[in-house]
Amino acid sequence: MALDDKQLYQTREFKVVGTRVKRPDGIDKVTGKARFGADMSAPGMLIARVLRSPHAHARIKSIDTSAAEALPGVHAVLTRADFDEITDDDFTADILDNCMAGEKALYDGHAVAAVAANSPSVAKAALKLIKVDYEVLPHVTDVDAAMAADAPVLHEGRANETVPAGMSPNVLSRYEFGHGDIEAGLAKADRVIERTYRTEATHQGYIEPHACLASMGADGQADLWCCTQGHYMVRNTCAAIMGMEQGQLRVTASEIGGGFGGKTTVFLEPVALALSKKTSRPVKMVMSRSEVLRATGPTASSSIDVRIGMTKDGQITAAFAELRYQGGAYPGSPVEFGSMSAFAPYDLENVKTVGWDVVTNRPKQAAYRAPGAPMAAYAVESAVDELAKGFGLDPLAVRLENAAREGTRASYGPTFPAIGLEATLRAAKDHPHWSAPLGENQGRGVACGFWFNFGGDTCVSLNITPDGTVTVSEGNPDIGGSRASMSMMAAEELGIPYEQVRTIVADTGSLGQNEVTDGSRVTFAVGLATIEAARAAKREMCKRAAQVWGIDEDAVEWEDGAARPAGPNAGKHPPMTIKEIAAIASNTGGPIAGHHEANPEGAGVSFATHMVDTEVDPDTGAVKILRYTVFQDAGKAVHPDYVEGQFQGGAVQGIGWALNEEYIYGDDGVLQNAGFLDYRIPVASDLPMIDTVILEIPNPGHPYGVRGVGETSIVPPLAAVANAVSEAAGVRLTQLPMSPPKVLKAVQGL
Amino acid sequence: MVQVRIWGSLAAMTEDQTEVEIEAGTLRELLDGLAEKYPAIRPQLDRGVSVAIDGRVYNDSWFTPINPDSEVVLLARLKGG
Repeated sequence: MALDDKQLYQTREFKVVGTRVKRPDGIDKVTGKARFGADMSAPGMLIARVLRSPHAHARIKSIDTSAAEALPGVHAVLTRADFDEITDDDFTADILDNCMAGEKALYDGHAVAAVAANSPSVAKAALKLIKVDYEVLPHVTDVDAAMAADAPVLHEGRANETVPAGMSPNVLSRYEFGHGDIEAGLAKADRVIERTYRTEATHQGYIEPHACLASMGADGQADLWCCTQGHYMVRNTCAAIMGMEQGQLRVTASEIGGGFGGKTTVFLEPVALALSKKTSRPVKMVMSRSEVLRATGPTASSSIDVRIGMTKDGQITAAFAELRYQGGAYPGSPVEFGSMSAFAPYDLENVKTVGWDVVTNRPKQAAYRAPGAPMAAYAVESAVDELAKGFGLDPLAVRLENAAREGTRASYGPTFPAIGLEATLRAAKDHPHWSAPLGENQGRGVACGFWFNFGGDTCVSLNITPDGTVTVSEGNPDIGGSRASMSMMAAEELGIPYEQVRTIVADTGSLGQNEVTDGSRVTFAVGLATIEAARAAKREMCKRAAQVWGIDEDAVEWEDGAARPAGPNAGKHPPMTIKEIAAIASNTGGPIAGHHEANPEGAGVSFATHMVDTEVDPDTGAVKILRYTVFQDAGKAVHPDYVEGQFQGGAVQGIGWALNEEYIYGDDGVLQNAGFLDYRIPVASDLPMIDTVILEIPNPGHPYGVRGVGETSIVPPLAAVANAVSEAAGVRLTQLPMSPPKVLKAVQGL
Repeated sequence: MVQVRIWGSLAAMTEDQTEVEIEAGTLRELLDGLAEKYPAIRPQLDRGVSVAIDGRVYNDSWFTPINPDSEVVLLARLKGG
């Protein structure tokens, strides 16, 4: 939808937006009252558990469920045979295959059967009675190995038309972006470096494991409660898998204990629905942490070649990257976004990226905050840093010299409108952090990052209650403060206190289609819809006041929470407040509401610069984060606490990705570290306070200038930390994570 | 006519051109025109694309107007986390 003029940014003095009001979910969450996915229950509920493949790659010759079905307390055993095959939609067919394996188990942890029983212990016992006859096949878990001509093949015939003939069938797509002449540009450089960088797969690490409760009646109507980033997506996907009409399935989202992109698909929900259908009982499923790590969607691992040329005064003359991402056992690694975003922070005459999407015997990757961009930024920003420092140049000055600005033709094609990268770099350069002294074995790193952001289908319904307070219904699970933000924008537009607005996340039966909470879209798109819904309610309230006053409705305007006569012929009438108009709504035409349904597109892109100080212990290789500052453009920070939280959270997840987190597979293709004791995410004691600097360069495509902020903050930290460690250790590592053994080896020159 | 920039790996589907001209006044006319003029690009259009029009990205809205002098760039379909 093209935005009309009133939906574009207009300068205004904010009264509510930009303040730090109390968060509406705080009390419930700190007192344990909030209900998450695993907190749902229903009378007669059964508990289901999943049997998972112990093999990385195996043909399923047969499954004998008879002993399990005969166990007292077992109500049903489910296998792929219980689902109808999907033949007209590869995307949904892959989701089903990932939820329940068909002909082959494609990774360690792949679901092969499920049991619904009276209790968890009975379900667990029944799993041991299921006999699966596997033909174990050769496997491959490394992206470069999977591209080799003699690599074990996961699927035949899935490569699309962009892949040249003769490549391994594991290579499914090729992407190429850029412009100019790389070789001619490199010829103008005083130095060209070529490096290969590798990153490991990491998990989003959300604290709440996946959980759901499904209940399907004999009439085919079903209800599903689950923790998800998008219950409308859950409805549509499950309906497609189950062969249901979407209107017959109502999905309600629980509170969500983190998602970061990992809850933008389904893993348990179709299985729970199918078991409920089979047993005619409600069925609850909750994953263990081990299952979350083995069988949900981590991000891709990558192998990236970079070639960049620079003059001795810091001008980048040409830049090339070839990116290879494995996205697990199915198509869809985010390599296209890595290829598009890799050089986005730079204004380059000659730039090219080539990306390869590769399958391996690992769990199907899922989105993870700015999917594909952090690893690309790690490679590019490491190479730029090495070049700058090699010439003795200030790395921030080099980035400023080459920075993308308004009018820059982006490496992925379009010409940038007003963007905030330069502002983040200047803020970084002027910040006391940049000039603070460093000690022995300490180093400072900087890096830039970019993310696209987008809008998508959105519905908001805003109701004026009889006492003049306001409820807002929106369809996106609140993973980053959206209930607070929507209440604030509604209050701002209506001219009433924040405390008089309550926002709820409505179920799929209550609103039209809503895109998933992803793409940093919610504050932008749902915010825009909330503002428009409030404007619709204001128009109606002005109309009611006009009726009471007996004047034309065009002669009434809304200001500070009240309708007021405006213009020379409006007459003199005292303002009618929202409470006064609401109180007589029944007498003036009935209840008052505003709603807005749209697909607001044209979200503004986002940039960030991160700065970090590290200290490397030369005896152990341990890296300590001493200081960290995030500089990011938020367009307009609706609730600065949440914006800072997004900046800090992205930085911390990036620190974990850079220093410790990795999926470790044994030679047998089995995940070795499926638990938080061995998969090491940063905890509070590992970290300093993450400082933040919010910059506000208004997005012209939003009435309040809002840009998405949820994803960009994870793009720069991998490289920023790597650049700091490189300076502290005196040697550059080109593989993540930079865990103590690897750093020690590099420091000792081994 | 609208000048449309195609990303590199799709150029093989557009007779090796990275910029093509399509008669279009809206996003829908643009996508239909691309598919008609260059049938080999249809599989990618079916998988999904985004389109940047004057620097702003659009995914779905058929009737988004496109001016003859607009900068139009075909992009891989954007997703997020």
